[in-house]
Order: sequence, then structure tokens, then C-alpha cells
Amino acid sequence: MSIQAWTFILVGLSFALYVGIAFWTRARSTADFFVASGDVPPVLNGMATAADWMSAASFISMAGLISFMGYDGAVYLMGWTGGYVLLALLVAPYLRKFGQFTVPDFIGERYDSRVARIVAVTCAIFISFTYVAGQMRGVGIVFSRFLDVEIETGVLVGMAIVFFYAVLGGMKGITYTQVAQYCVLIFSYLVPAIFISLLMTDRILPQVGFGSVLADGSGVALLDRLDQLSTDLGFVAFTEGTKSTIDVFAITAALMIGTAGLPHVVVRFYTVPKVSAARSSAGWALVFIAILYTTAPAVAAFARTNLLQTVPGTSYSELPSWVHKWESIGLVEFEDYNGDGIVQYVGPRSVERNELRIDRDIMVLANPEIAGLPAWVVGLVAAGALAAALSTAAGLLLVISSAVAHDLLKKTFYPEIDERSELLAARVAAGAAVLVAAYFGIRPPGFVAQVVAFAFGLAAASIFPAITLGIFSKKMNAAGAVAGMLAGITFTAGYIIYFKFLVPGNNTPEHWLGGISPEGIGSVGMLFNFAVAYAVAAVTPPPPPSALALVDRVRMP
Amino acid sequence: MSEDPSEERHAVYWRRNLQYLSILLAVWFVVSFGFGILLREALDSIRIGGFKLGFWFAQQGSILVFVALIFVYLRLMNRLDAEFGEEEESDSE
Repeated sequence: MSIQAWTFILVGLSFALYVGIAFWTRARSTADFFVASGDVPPVLNGMATAADWMSAASFISMAGLISFMGYDGAVYLMGWTGGYVLLALLVAPYLRKFGQFTVPDFIGERYDSRVARIVAVTCAIFISFTYVAGQMRGVGIVFSRFLDVEIETGVLVGMAIVFFYAVLGGMKGITYTQVAQYCVLIFSYLVPAIFISLLMTDRILPQVGFGSVLADGSGVALLDRLDQLSTDLGFVAFTEGTKSTIDVFAITAALMIGTAGLPHVVVRFYTVPKVSAARSSAGWALVFIAILYTTAPAVAAFARTNLLQTVPGTSYSELPSWVHKWESIGLVEFEDYNGDGIVQYVGPRSVERNELRIDRDIMVLANPEIAGLPAWVVGLVAAGALAAALSTAAGLLLVISSAVAHDLLKKTFYPEIDERSELLAARVAAGAAVLVAAYFGIRPPGFVAQVVAFAFGLAAASIFPAITLGIFSKKMNAAGAVAGMLAGITFTAGYIIYFKFLVPGNNTPEHWLGGISPEGIGSVGMLFNFAVAYAVAAVTPPPPPSALALVDRVRMP
Repeated sequence: MSEDPSEERHAVYWRRNLQYLSILLAVWFVVSFGFGILLREALDSIRIGGFKLGFWFAQQGSILVFVALIFVYLRLMNRLDAEFGEEEESDSE
């Protein structure tokens, strides 16, 4: 059977599974809809959290990015896993004890402040939309490359599926669908990784093969060969990076802290039955995430080695067929500057001119074909990429819907609303959010990639400090928390907007504040938030006894 | 602060929790920001198999330690909860 037939079958089967699960687990109350009634077993919640967390970016883009970034890719690997330690130790158990529906719920009640809640809601909605747009681009790429349909059709099919189970099932439907999606995505990530590891190093585990000797009889370790190939072609050695140490530090910190403040991740811990379950659930989530995140750098190194061994110096007409397929949708470009018909692929340090441009996003998707794996593996990877994109999109849509229905309607503007109307409002909001997301997927704003830095930066500079101060500091009052959030947001957003949109020409290390890039500035924004919050809290009245009682309550399980 | 025995117990419980947190977060910082970033170049002179050690911590080791840290915290807190009789309130208020 052809790759396309396999892809249709596997994607179709996985979609049917998600719809079936959504139907069986549909939501009947607001508690079902927002937090799955708080009775999801910790291991399953961990799995759902992992699927929620691992987006199209983790599945499709991350290994590709690392294969081009080498050591510097560690910012994503550590940044997007280390945040779970902060979550498990500093956030999840206390929010579970608090036990309501949303992140702004906690911030609003702890500080007894409508302003604080609205600032938090605004951040939550902004972060979630930023993220959803990225997922939809992932869905579009997979559909157009593997199923030969227009990106528009692909996005609409994907959105229809998400619409069905997010609107019908709410958090409950989403959670159990995500469990299935995790299984699909991890299986489809590991199968090609194991194949390639066996092929290149004779080791079953990619994590081991990554540090082993090549299977070509040369006796050279994979990473040494890769370093050699890279420097020969004028790239930096794979195990070295090009970013400065301070920037790697700042980006890693911003991603970690941002992770622990991302609303769609934090709300997952409201869905477990008790405090100890929130702790163990965070642990399980990280186990399931680590399976992919320790495989990704291995895949990156394998793919890079493969690419550098096969493509440079080959004549254009003899390139493998996958190159031409990706070329047809513009993700690979070849320009024969010296007219010799041979692909010259070299790095910035070479005196020659580079003739090949490869989009980083295709490495994982193309990997099975690069390694010559059977057609069904390629189809499987397509199904896995869709599972990753859809599960994350659904979790984000839920945050948007609960922000609108619960935080804005019920808690802010229209408190008399009854449960049935709130549930209806949540469904309508989820539906509307799906449509906006579909629009972004079909007409992706050019700035999607740039604004991802925003999402993490803002979460790090606003939501994370507001939550942790609320738990760990009894001195923190509403004025301090709000001033801190606003200071953190203004500083971080200002810095990112300045370098990414206003003066992009200046976006180079010598202009950055202390050598910290816009991607890493959220960690400085957090420090700024803490400093302003403490300063303002010191000169304003202490928080009321009701807030202190709430702090005491969340501190005890 | 107060003579209320339950408040006293809560304070002790919270102090122990903070102790655990500071130790575990110190480890968290050392393996990632320390071994994986600040000390990477020094550690890269040591090799385990085909890996340079600093590179390994940055792309593999730190992640494994993160997982272990959460489960250690889980064990410690479950023990602490049992000691203080604070466990099992299995409902969402």
C-alpha cells in the first residue's frame, strides 16, 4: 500500500477513536465541563497533561530545531521539562487544595481583587490564542504534505473534530481523548526513532544509541562523527552552541517558569481527586513527557548525521524522492548558484555558498523517509503529529472557554448566571474559539513564531509570580500582586515588541539587555515582577484576614 | 505566634515542606543551570560513552533528574502528611 493510503487509514482510525471517546465521556455539569468533576486518576491525568503539553511544536518542530541548533537545543529540552518540577513543588498541590475551576479564580480570590482576576484572564486568553494558532499550522502542514489536500480543508477537518469533542465533552471529554492521543503520539514518535537508532548504531533505545558508536564499522561515536561532519561543512560542532551562556541560561529559565504558569497546564491539576494526587500526577506527566523529550535530541542527532552524510555533494537529480516532495510545498529550496548540478550544503563558516534551504519543521516528518522506513511508519507519524496538535488545541480552547464563561461572565460581569446557562456559555465560547483558531490556521498571521516567545514570557512574568506569591508570601496583597503583574507584563511585552516588531534590525546580541534575547527576557520580567510586588506590598496595607485564611487553607493538604 | 496547638502543628508542617522544597530545588538548579549550562564546558572534558558529560546533562541527564525529584517530593510529602494525619480529603469541597 502507498504512503498516502496508510496515512488515510491511520489518521481516519485515530479520529474515529477520539470521536467515540468524546461521545462516551460527554460533560453533564459545569464541574464536568471545566475540571472533569475532579475525579481523574493521577496516572491518566498525567498522560492527558503530557498530551496537552506536547504540542505540534514538540512533536513536529522540536527535534528539527535541535538538529539545527545542536547543544543550544537544550534550552527547549530543559526549559520544557524543568518547569514541571516547579509545577509539582510550587504550584499544583496548592491550587488543587484551593479547588476551583481556573487560574484567574485563584488569583482573583487570593487577592480578593477583580482587577487581578481580569489581568490574569487577559493573559490566559492571549497566551492560549497564541498557542492555538501554532497548532493549526501543524495540522495544515500534515494534511497538505501527507494527504494531498489543501491546507484549508485540513484545518477545517481538524477543527471539526476538536469542535465536536471540546464542545460536547468539555474537560472530561478532552481528558480521556488526550489519554488516547498520548498513546498514538508517543507510539508514532518512538517507532521511527527506534528503527533509526537500530539502523545507525545497533542500539534499540535511541537515548543509548545517541551516545554510542556508529554501526558502520568505523568505531567512531555518533556525536563525534556529527561534530566532524558539521565543522567540515562550515557549521559549528553539534555539541557546541552558538548562543552565549547568559542567553542559554535566561531562555531556559523563562521557558521553565513560563511552563509552570501556562494556564492550560495548571488547570489540569484541578481535575484530580486530592492534593497528593496532584503531586503524583505532575510526576507522571513528566515521566510521559520525558519519554519523548529524551528521544527528541537523539532523533535530532540521527537526522542531522543522516542528512549531512547523504545530501551534500550529491547531484540534484539523484536526491531522494522525499526532498522533491517537500520542495513541492516550499519547505525545501534548492538554488544552484554555481550551476554544477551538485547540491552544495554548507554552513556560515564555509567560504562556499550554501545552495540548499531546509525548513526545520520537516525533520521529524521526513525522518522515516530519510531513513527509508516502511510506508506504514510514515502514516503513523502523520497520525501522531495530528494527535499532538489536536490534543493541545483542545486543552487551550477549554482555557479560553472557561476564561470567558467562568471568569468573565460568572465571576465578573454577571454573577447571577445559573449553572445551565454557564455551561451553555462555556460551550458557545469554545465553539467561537474554534472558529477563530480555524481562521488563524488558514491565514496564519506572519508573526506566529515570534509570539510564542510572548506566551512563555508573559506566563513567566505575570501568572507564575502571582500564583507563587499568593501561596508563599503572607505579606502579599492585591496592590502588590497587580502592580507586579503589570510591571512584569509591561517590561516583558515591551522588550519583545521592541525587538521583534518595532526595530527587528536591532535584534542582535550587542543590542540586547545584558545579552539576553527576547526569548529569554521573561525570566528578567519575573524578577522585575517580584521586586515591584514586594516594594508595593511593603508600603500598602497588609492583606485582609480572609486572604490569610485562604493561604493557610491551601498550605495544608 | 499563637497558643492554638493546631496552628502550631500547621507551622511545623509548613516549615518541613519549605525545607524539602529548598533542598529539592537546589538539586534542580545544580543539574540544569549548573551542570547543563554554567559548568558545561568544564564537564565536557569528561566523557561517558559517546557523550561529553556537560552535553549529556543538558540534553538527557537533567530531564531524568527532574523526574526523580518530583517522585522524591511525592514520597517525602506523603510521609509528612501521614505523620501529621493530614492526608485524604478526597473531595473537591
